[in-house]
Amino acid sequence: MATFFDINLFGLFGQLLIGLINGSFYALLALGLAIIFGLLKIINFSQGALYMLGAFAAWIGLNYLGINYWWALILVPLAVGAFGILLERTLIRPIANEDHLYSLLLTFGIALILQGLFTHWFGSSGLSYEMPEELKGGTRLPFMYLPNYRAWIIVFSLVVCAGTWFMIEKTRLGAYLRAGTENAQLMQAFGINVPLLVTLTYGFGVGLAGLAGVLAAPIYTVSPDMGSNILIVVFAIVVIGGMGSIGGAILTGLAMGIIEGLTKYFYPEASNTVIFLVMVLVLLIKPAGLFGKEA
Amino acid sequence: MKLMFKTAAATALIAATGLAHGSFSDDKVKIGVLGDMGGVYSDITGQGSIEAVQMAVEDFGGKVLGKPIEVVSADTQLKPDIGSTIARQWIENEQVDVINGAVASSVTGAVTKVMTDAKKITLIAAPASHAFTTSACSPYNAHWTYDVVSLANGTVQPMVEGGAKKWFFVTADYGFGHALESVATGVIEANGGEVVGGVRAPLGTSDFSSYILQAQSSGADVIALANTGSDMVNALKTAAEFGVTEMADVAGLLVFTPNAQALDPAIAGGMKLTTGFYWDMDDQTREWSKRYMARMDGKIPSMAHAGAYSSTMHYLKAVEAAGTDESDAVMAKMKETPVEDFFSRNGYLRKDGRMVHDMLQVRIKNADERSNENDIFAIEKVIKGEDAFMKMEDGGCAFALSQE
Repeated sequence: MATFFDINLFGLFGQLLIGLINGSFYALLALGLAIIFGLLKIINFSQGALYMLGAFAAWIGLNYLGINYWWALILVPLAVGAFGILLERTLIRPIANEDHLYSLLLTFGIALILQGLFTHWFGSSGLSYEMPEELKGGTRLPFMYLPNYRAWIIVFSLVVCAGTWFMIEKTRLGAYLRAGTENAQLMQAFGINVPLLVTLTYGFGVGLAGLAGVLAAPIYTVSPDMGSNILIVVFAIVVIGGMGSIGGAILTGLAMGIIEGLTKYFYPEASNTVIFLVMVLVLLIKPAGLFGKEA
Repeated sequence: MKLMFKTAAATALIAATGLAHGSFSDDKVKIGVLGDMGGVYSDITGQGSIEAVQMAVEDFGGKVLGKPIEVVSADTQLKPDIGSTIARQWIENEQVDVINGAVASSVTGAVTKVMTDAKKITLIAAPASHAFTTSACSPYNAHWTYDVVSLANGTVQPMVEGGAKKWFFVTADYGFGHALESVATGVIEANGGEVVGGVRAPLGTSDFSSYILQAQSSGADVIALANTGSDMVNALKTAAEFGVTEMADVAGLLVFTPNAQALDPAIAGGMKLTTGFYWDMDDQTREWSKRYMARMDGKIPSMAHAGAYSSTMHYLKAVEAAGTDESDAVMAKMKETPVEDFFSRNGYLRKDGRMVHDMLQVRIKNADERSNENDIFAIEKVIKGEDAFMKMEDGGCAFALSQE
């Protein structure tokens, strides 16, 4: 086995690859949060619960409605997005102009209610979602066995992240969005329906969480607390990347996954604190985050 | 002086009436059920434990020595400080006589301290650590369902004897996981095996892939999962995904029925494990379990639920036999009387508080062996209580050994 200064290189590469896979999840979830915060200034604490909702929707679809994994990849984000739009219209809109703290508390409350309801309906042990036949199996790399599904996660989430970044930063629609959040009144004067744009953006942001939920369902246990476990980490990533920075959220998500992977190799006990350590350091040195604009 | 006389007279009077009616702390027996109601262990304990205790009270007739039996419950949220605060409040303000159902060894450790100080009994039905009858034993502990020693003896020993010599641990990073790992390591080494490595994963880890990868590169014959609940389920699923199950055996050291149900039989089928109870063992267990399922939307009972019923029933019988709810007298009766019911076979409560009873070695059934979704275990072997649990002399429980 290849070793270098007593480090098992095969083991290290394996951990790096796994870090990249986890980083893809982080990137997808952080992206949704960053869009919602960057464009709407809502601190969406229900993002984790909507991720959980996505996983459960996929499970219910497969077991009760005969919707397979591939259809779920399309339908579930739409359904979760629609649910998000409903939330935005009925609950979040009325407090849109209040302090950030209100939306934080509101969305946190929504998350607790959703989590409680799903625990009541499905219990806390979790359910298992069968992996689609096409993605079963794996490839034996020189340094590890890479399950096909994990490779699929990396590719798919990178495509989604890049597409979203391109849409917001490089297209006309994205320009409207960014301008609308900069100065809503002026945009409305130009004849653009800003409230509709805001609703759709929120729907898109939470749809991403639903999508991440579908991606997660075959490899993690579908359980009511899956969202709350990951949410705090994802928030730390958004903070490190710079609140509201779309590209920053994606890159930081991937980078943190890799750092976590390295920590798991060298000092596993610290693996679930290392991201927060990075967050503290970044906040001390560059309070706006790595990619954030200084206010 | 006058006051002192009055007090003495009042005390005598109370004592006299007490004797006439059997001595009772107040006019009822109050059972407190502490559980995890919404967290990772809520399927293993939670509402099911409350129902099980309630069933025991109803089956007993709702009254003991003419006094009503009351059940109260609370959620510890798996936090030791909350658990001990509730216990203290129950003892001091609400005249709770006995606590049942506390879950997670960390919480139970805190609760039993409060209970022992107050000279009140804790019926320990769900937790795993063997500390409650060894290093942290107490005359007021009754550890009922199973413990880490019985799991290691039941699951690990036959595997090592069968030729699986190199072991790797994926351990839950708190008291229970550490205890299970250290006891299992002892069993492995005593039988000529060795531990080639291990990782400690925080409770509630969602992604086990990097730990599994380390296990894989260690070259172990067996990857032992010294965790439980959704952690165990996730670790096992990941092991299967990364192809580890084809190269090494994976042994779940603590598997509750709801967890076994959450696992795909294609992954978990064939895995052997040790349990204190299985609902579908015989007519007696089925009779009780069916009544339980009728109250719990058809969910099958875990060994913790059955243990909660059995321990409550035994306690109530002891109160009746002792003619009082005074803890020392009740505990003496509990230890005197054999524990024989649908849950406990050849059972007795030892001096150190360990309820020794027969344990089951079971195998998770493959998909084609299952007749329905509740048909999950095949019983391979009954392990005699004396072989499953640690001997009292080896445990080092001071108060119990001094009585020898």
